[in-house]
Amino acid sequence: MAMAALRREGRRFATPLMSANPANTLRSSLLPSEEQAILGVRSISTQVVRNRMRSVRNIQKITKAMKMVAASKLRAIQTRTENSRGLWQPFTALLGDLPSVDVKKTVVVTVSSDKGLCGGINSTSVKISRALHKLNSGPEKEAKYVVLGEKAKAQLVRDSKKHIELSMTELQKNPLNYTQVSVLADDILKNVEFDALRLVFNKFHSVVSFMPTTATVLSPEVVEREAESGGKLGDLDLYEIEGAETKGEVLQNLAEFQFSCVLFNAVLENACSEQGARMSAMDSSSRNAGEMLDRLTLAYNRTRQASITTELIEIISGASALTG
Amino acid sequence: MLRHFTTRLLSRSIKFRPFSTNVAAASAADDAFVKAWRSTIPNLEPPKTPLSFMQPRPPAPSTLPSKLTVNLVLPYSSEFSNKEVDMVIIPATNGQMGILPGHVSTIAELKPGLLSVHEENGVKKYFVSGGFAFIHANSFADIIAVEAVPIDQLDSASAQKGLAEFTLKLSSASTDLERAEAQIGVDVYSAINSALSG
Repeated sequence: MAMAALRREGRRFATPLMSANPANTLRSSLLPSEEQAILGVRSISTQVVRNRMRSVRNIQKITKAMKMVAASKLRAIQTRTENSRGLWQPFTALLGDLPSVDVKKTVVVTVSSDKGLCGGINSTSVKISRALHKLNSGPEKEAKYVVLGEKAKAQLVRDSKKHIELSMTELQKNPLNYTQVSVLADDILKNVEFDALRLVFNKFHSVVSFMPTTATVLSPEVVEREAESGGKLGDLDLYEIEGAETKGEVLQNLAEFQFSCVLFNAVLENACSEQGARMSAMDSSSRNAGEMLDRLTLAYNRTRQASITTELIEIISGASALTG
Repeated sequence: MLRHFTTRLLSRSIKFRPFSTNVAAASAADDAFVKAWRSTIPNLEPPKTPLSFMQPRPPAPSTLPSKLTVNLVLPYSSEFSNKEVDMVIIPATNGQMGILPGHVSTIAELKPGLLSVHEENGVKKYFVSGGFAFIHANSFADIIAVEAVPIDQLDSASAQKGLAEFTLKLSSASTDLERAEAQIGVDVYSAINSALSG
């Protein structure tokens, strides 16, 4: 009974092939000929799986290479970032950091990367920037964006195009240096009117973690106002000012220098987080590709074995049909 | 058993978390900002601020400390960090300025010139290209410079050559921008020369 059923199955599978080219039935589907690929239903599926396996393997090669590249870039940039961390601290010690300062014109400086495939760092900084924008815009207040990097620009252009004052890309074409960043800071200071600049960037913590951070740089007028009104900046009035003619002039120089220093650290931290995030993203996608490849290999081998079994059954049932 | 353990761990961490952030927030972050953030954007954690990454500075002591704590930071390195020295002499825009412990709090702009750090065992001399110096009431001195090189790494022959070059440029400058650039070059090179000779 069971034998008869198997025989029927075998014949049903075999008929299209038998009628077209009986000699082909003996061939394993591992080596599908042109005709078989067209006519045979079975071999198509292994072909598809094999193509898929090849593409997954190629993707895995690419992600592995990207991971290596990110790892070597990270090592170079991490030391520079750590060396630049001292740069903003004196300013914060002197002027403090007032994220809650209430000013009319806020400019949110979003630092992001030019290239994608680096996890969630760009969308995090965009989210934080949007929130800061919302927090600092009101009936008498206005907030604008200055966007550094392609990725944040692409996301912010969609819904807040009219608020983007300035956008710059290709920051990392050359290795980041202070000269380049101070020219960039100068550009921003010249072209954008502000009372407070809020830099949004991802501070590098470790390869797998980064911390969204906002640093506030106040304009000289606001610094003076805050110092006079007391509060957290009240101590500033106690300082003697040496150097230029007026206090305003020194504060102007100080604010500009502070912005260039904070921005320098911010772009380095963000670049470092980018490489770290890319490294871990590429690591997990290589692992995913590996798992997928395993599953596909299993499916492929199963199909291959099934087709061999079917062929054996065909042969046996054919033989038994002739003798019986 | 394991499940109980994880829930216990979770509950403990939840119980302790507000406590620990409270302490951090009181010392570092801006409370008003965090509050405003939470009321406007409830579903997003407020970002960190630089203050939370910084070591708090000690308050001004009542007695005069014997040492000055110096930080000399550059874009690519931190030359000194919290180093205790006897005295530093900085090139402020209106002349060299010596700083001893207990100096009145000052903000000073720096011009290109010689920065000397007097330690117990000898004097370290640097050439700085400009920047700022903050002297705080608690005998902390922060010096931020764009460039600072030890004086023994400078070559006097090429400094002389540079000075001659920029003097020539200054005399032949036609636009205001060129003149200003040449003037800066002359200033820097003459500062290097005088630092090397003195």
